[in-house]
Amino acid sequence: MVGWAIAVHGGAGVDPGLPVERQEEARRVLERCLRVGAAGLRAGLPAVDVVEMVVRELETDPVFNSGRGSALTRKGTVEMEASIMDGHGRRCGAVSGLTTVKNPVSLARLVMDRSPHSYLAFDGAEEFAREQGVEVVDNSYFITEENMSMLKRAKEANSIMYDYRVPAPGVDSASAGLEGAKVGLLMNGLRISVYAPETVGCVVVDSNGWCAAATSTGGLMNKMSGRIGDSPLIGSGTYACGDCAVSCTGEGEAIIRSTLARDVAALVEYKGLSLQEAVDYAIKERLDEGMAGLIAVSSNGEVAYGFNTIGMFRGCATEDGFVEVTIW
Amino acid sequence: MGWAIALHGGAGDIPLSFPVEGRAPREAALRHCLELGVAALKANRPPLDVVELVVRELENSPCFNAGKGSVLTTNGTVEMEACIMDGNTKKCGAVSGLSTVVNAISLARLVMERTPHIYLAFDGAEAFAREQGVETAHSSHFITPENVERLKNAKEAKRVQIDFTEPIKGTIPSSIGDSQIGTVGCVAVDGHGILASATSTGGLVNKMAGRIGDTPIIGAGTYANSYCAVSATGKGESIIQATVARDVAALMEYKGLSLKEAAAYVIERTPKGNVGLVAVSANGEVTMPFNTTGMFRACATEDGYSEIGIWPSGINGDLEYPNK
Repeated sequence: MVGWAIAVHGGAGVDPGLPVERQEEARRVLERCLRVGAAGLRAGLPAVDVVEMVVRELETDPVFNSGRGSALTRKGTVEMEASIMDGHGRRCGAVSGLTTVKNPVSLARLVMDRSPHSYLAFDGAEEFAREQGVEVVDNSYFITEENMSMLKRAKEANSIMYDYRVPAPGVDSASAGLEGAKVGLLMNGLRISVYAPETVGCVVVDSNGWCAAATSTGGLMNKMSGRIGDSPLIGSGTYACGDCAVSCTGEGEAIIRSTLARDVAALVEYKGLSLQEAVDYAIKERLDEGMAGLIAVSSNGEVAYGFNTIGMFRGCATEDGFVEVTIW
Repeated sequence: MGWAIALHGGAGDIPLSFPVEGRAPREAALRHCLELGVAALKANRPPLDVVELVVRELENSPCFNAGKGSVLTTNGTVEMEACIMDGNTKKCGAVSGLSTVVNAISLARLVMERTPHIYLAFDGAEAFAREQGVETAHSSHFITPENVERLKNAKEAKRVQIDFTEPIKGTIPSSIGDSQIGTVGCVAVDGHGILASATSTGGLVNKMAGRIGDTPIIGAGTYANSYCAVSATGKGESIIQATVARDVAALMEYKGLSLKEAAAYVIERTPKGNVGLVAVSANGEVTMPFNTTGMFRACATEDGYSEIGIWPSGINGDLEYPNK
């Protein structure tokens, strides 16, 4: 038996100028989600059930970039994606291009459990959702005023708004603090000083030592319709195996190129690194110019974070009673 | 060191009794594509160009499950996907859900080079194709009578078929089960150790509309970095969960295995009958392992070795040209 552990994230890359009320709001949501997950673990639910439950909570809350509150495509619509992986058996499910499904992570779970496939997208995924009778709503449900104005600004600048921030030069992973007061924050050439919501994810190891991971997102603000990011890609945004579970967030394209989630696990599995060593190595050596963060748990009950951005909304709880929610 | 190239036309339950009428055009296509790839490498074309042009040829051939000759979804339509990766920069491009684009691999390359994204799918990908002015065609271009028949058989057997069985004649030997072909791919390395990989497919026979397989998922069906380039084929769902292509490279890098050892290790750990791959290393080595009955494949290296095959070496009917 292993002490269970759970970690959640609400995205990497946070504006240091983010108003305190917004920070508190984000913290509260993460705390609530951790409580939900911890309760499930104490009740003996398997890791894969817990990650689904927690990500559903994060999707439903509009504070983060998934489900309600998702970033908008350049057409002003929402196209959501998610994936889930059960390290016990390495089963997985993923969805992309959802426009009406209230909880993408649950549809990803159904793909895993009730279809012969691992990944369904766009019209086919929406059709499957209806066959399965999951809750669907009008696309407008997911669109918030805040995101509509962010989209407008992104269009004016004619660029894509990544949901993260470029940190000050020389900032290292995991231990990143607030380096310098007013940093010139640039994303794709655009100066950002407004809070933008992020991808969400959860990783869990249960008392049996089984690990699971789930990630959900609306993707990039002003993305091309049809663009798929890292969140639904097994091995990139999400991965779980017998050793560990990982969920990533940040610049999707960089996470894909570095197959970030799988790399953390491969470093543990093939190079024999500890979880934190693997996380630090992956963040430092695999991202090149890319900005990203991740959360991970191991089958031994360890928790690790890593990010090369300024800040990452995150939190964790372990069976011995330790609880933490932090941003910087 | 030296250049090397390997390509495949799919791994699966290719029965030893596979009739000559079926074999000959496939072997000829493999030979033709290999020659094109070798000529391009000899002409110093970058590996990224080489893998793209070889996969375009494979897509244009009706013999393989990509482009023309793609298998059909449960709705009787084609939904094609492809992926390309440059091992030097780790830039990559992927597309899914294409129904009119003649060469999915080339659209994947355009996503890589002309958008800020890596992966475009379905309507968005088709819209991008039109913006880029790539060649498109009516579905009749892609759909072959063979595949219409395969779909019919799969529906009758009420299962998702990973392409290759004998049911052209309408019989589905239950001992074969879900045979696993699909996908074409090519990997190449030049004399400087620059690597590239490309994969393209129509997916699974009778797949659900919207189903995405391993081919466009970086690290699953396609991967290239400074160690090796890999293109996998077989049962997509198995390849995804095993992150086959990435694992070959990771074993080389993190565990110090050779290309052959790494590839063999990955194949062995994937359920039998589910996977095959072609891979080349920065040093110009080649490996083409599979745990299915057979895999349509071909390779050549600068030192003069070349091989075209279907079944494991030594099995009757296999063609080998050890001296080119």
